[in-house]
Amino acid sequence: MQAFLHQLLAGLATGGIYASVALALVMIYQSTHQVNFAQGEMAMFSTYLGWAMLQAGLPYWAMFGLTVGLSFVMGALVERIVVRPMRQAPVLSVVVVFIALLMIFHSLAGWLFGYTIKRFPSPFPERAWYGSAVMSAHEVGAIAITLAVMALIFGFFRFTALGLAMRAAAQNPVSSRLVGIDVGWMLMLGWGLAGAVGAVAGMLVAPVVFLDPGMMGGVLLYAFAGALVGGIDSPAGAVLGGFIVGVLENLIGSYVVGTELKLTVALVLIVGVLIVRPSGLFGRTIVVKV
Amino acid sequence: MPMLLEVEGLHAAYGTSRVLHGIDLSMRAGSVTALLGANGAGKTTTLRALCQMAVRTTGTIRIGGERADGRPTGRIVRLGVAHVPDGRGTFLALSSEENLRLGAYGRRDRAGVAEDFERVYGYFPRLRERSGQQAGTLSGGEQQMLAIGRALMSRPRLLLLDEPSFGLAPLVVRDIFEIMRRINAEQGVSILLVEQNAALALDIADSVYLMASGRIVLQGTPQEVRGNDAVRRVYLGA
Repeated sequence: MQAFLHQLLAGLATGGIYASVALALVMIYQSTHQVNFAQGEMAMFSTYLGWAMLQAGLPYWAMFGLTVGLSFVMGALVERIVVRPMRQAPVLSVVVVFIALLMIFHSLAGWLFGYTIKRFPSPFPERAWYGSAVMSAHEVGAIAITLAVMALIFGFFRFTALGLAMRAAAQNPVSSRLVGIDVGWMLMLGWGLAGAVGAVAGMLVAPVVFLDPGMMGGVLLYAFAGALVGGIDSPAGAVLGGFIVGVLENLIGSYVVGTELKLTVALVLIVGVLIVRPSGLFGRTIVVKV
Repeated sequence: MPMLLEVEGLHAAYGTSRVLHGIDLSMRAGSVTALLGANGAGKTTTLRALCQMAVRTTGTIRIGGERADGRPTGRIVRLGVAHVPDGRGTFLALSSEENLRLGAYGRRDRAGVAEDFERVYGYFPRLRERSGQQAGTLSGGEQQMLAIGRALMSRPRLLLLDEPSFGLAPLVVRDIFEIMRRINAEQGVSILLVEQNAALALDIADSVYLMASGRIVLQGTPQEVRGNDAVRRVYLGA
């Protein structure tokens, strides 16, 4: 029972990471109908930036804030320099560009920081939480930070004028221009936010999986599964989907298929959702009247 | 009366297909001007060209004396132009209150915005009842009211309306035109109206332009246009 509980809660902790990356994917999908395959590698690169700052002697939380800020700028720049010129391009070209971005960030990290696996510290103490055997302090902290980030993002979109403008620009760019919204800026901001959220996820997962250029490969797949389970156009669905995938991955991995086949769970989920319910649990099926 | 809108030699094109071939048009402040013509005459394109939206243009556009051609759309909005596009441009997934709030995007005067909410709800009490409702679930008439309300939220000097009667029941159309007349009279907002329903437009307008194949072919008062037999036969279908 104890072991089961531990697996469940550990699943929630990694699920939070998937949920963050899924949220980043959905934020970009909503505004541009593009899936950013490089989201995971951007998060990995951000984490390396954080690692470099720690090496330079910055305290953890200063590094955390600075990394989030830099990742915001990095996301916004990627939109402005790489994605925007591709606005009129066919879907396949866009996919190729995103895969290229993935490779670029991957190789850049390896080139700048090396391919040897590095330790990335957790801001939380390395012991069980209040002496309980089911959860480590890092897992509890990761869940808390994830939830806080999500609350911030939802509050921003729900209650601020800028958040409203971003939602408007995502769903009806023409009308948005007519009320004076600079749609280009909103897209840049969206990519920036996605980059920042991804960076948080990267810094929280790195102490568990260790830091290396390939660390987000699996995470991106799980996040993608989470986004699809929840509905690729629903931020709340993506978050819930991320947690569901995290728990399923852990439980199925420990009790059914074994850890070696864990990644298969994500792939089966992706294919399964696409066959059975393509719009996901919370996605809207868009009905087109003719 | 000062001129609110002066357009000279306006050409517009979508990519390589040219749609407007040198339009001259002017509007006095406070007036209601109707832009009539058959399908494909270039009426909608004219409105888009005024907002520098989705078309390439040459020629000069002055709004309140200030050059607007070549400016970004957002700048033209701040010059006091509010455009209700064809198809109404509703933000379907947002609530109707959020739609109105977006109309006031970029305004910093909170008190003024609150005042304008009341003003819009005064003209369209139905929108207050529907404020929390998702805009896509409103009826066609309510969506048209919402679109006009959204435009008013920017406190415009010039309202561009593209076929406000489209797809609506005659009674609803009558209500909406009556409210447009009041908005013009009470708020001093000038209206440039594109309309298929010529009879309605001639009732409300004090100046009329007739378009054909991307050119202005006639300009006059509603009386003059009504009195012109050739025009009535060819363009007004009466």
